[in-house]
Amino acid sequence: MITLSHFIVLGAVLFCIALASLFINRKNVIVLLMSIELMLLAVNINFVAFSRFNNDVAGQVFVFFILTVAAAETAIGLAILVLLFRNRSTINVAEIDSMKG
Amino acid sequence: MIDPNMFQLVCFYAFAAVTVVAALGVITLRNSVHAVLSLVLTFFSTACIWLLAEAEFLAIALIVVYVGAVMVLFLFVVMMLDIKQEQVREGFIKYLPVGIIVALVMLGEMLGLIGVRAMHETVMGANPATLDGVPVSNTAWLGQALYTQFLLPFEIAALILTVGVVAAVVLTLRQRSGVRHQQASQQVRVNARDRVRVVKMAAEVPVAPQPAPGKETTP
Repeated sequence: MITLSHFIVLGAVLFCIALASLFINRKNVIVLLMSIELMLLAVNINFVAFSRFNNDVAGQVFVFFILTVAAAETAIGLAILVLLFRNRSTINVAEIDSMKG
Repeated sequence: MIDPNMFQLVCFYAFAAVTVVAALGVITLRNSVHAVLSLVLTFFSTACIWLLAEAEFLAIALIVVYVGAVMVLFLFVVMMLDIKQEQVREGFIKYLPVGIIVALVMLGEMLGLIGVRAMHETVMGANPATLDGVPVSNTAWLGQALYTQFLLPFEIAALILTVGVVAAVVLTLRQRSGVRHQQASQQVRVNARDRVRVVKMAAEVPVAPQPAPGKETTP
């Protein structure tokens, strides 16, 4: 019998994998973008699970909106990445420091 | 005879295992193309898990939108950019311990906070997709809410997608100087009359060669 905790644990594990990726892949912007996708996916799993177990459609509607916004975000992020690579010939985060932040 | 609930649980564990292993592949694979393909597998097995939760529309939307569009975009970009693997991989081993520690601590905290044991009592009930007490498909259930209660957010989502398209095009548009482009509008507006002028003139009459005076020689 699948319980709510199964879904929640899966979401938490995925989120933490994506979080670890932010630490160990801190050079590669593409992998950073992919780990953001993984984080959003983990959140979406939680939304679907709570929607299913609480008999509420709002959770699934929110997953729909998160998918929409994430798709737009990915398109813009990749466009910025292409622009960055064209101007600097690198995607290494450590070398993109012209703003001295 | 296999108990359906047991079978469901076995399926869940199988899909969850594939999801987690593929997600680990995303963050550890050396080749970026392999990482993207691994992310595709993660999305696909997550869609299977959503099917188990009877969220059919979202599962198919995840495959169509993410695997079909977003991941293909990722693949395009990864293959287009010429990335040196060694350069972007430096620091992987150095930051591996801290990454693992932070992730494990956070996982422990999250699982402790959200009370997994309490949620273990919550078993999956009947499919909640009903309209006025009549069981309907998941798509009808979702669409009913989306087009009534969430109509304005739905329109705003469409607007956000349009803004995303325009922004992506504008960002990557390149204006290069010194390049001769085709001007399609000018090409369409061209008149044959402006290009070729047909000149009417009298036909040329060949003139008979006249012998030059004073140069006659006798054989």
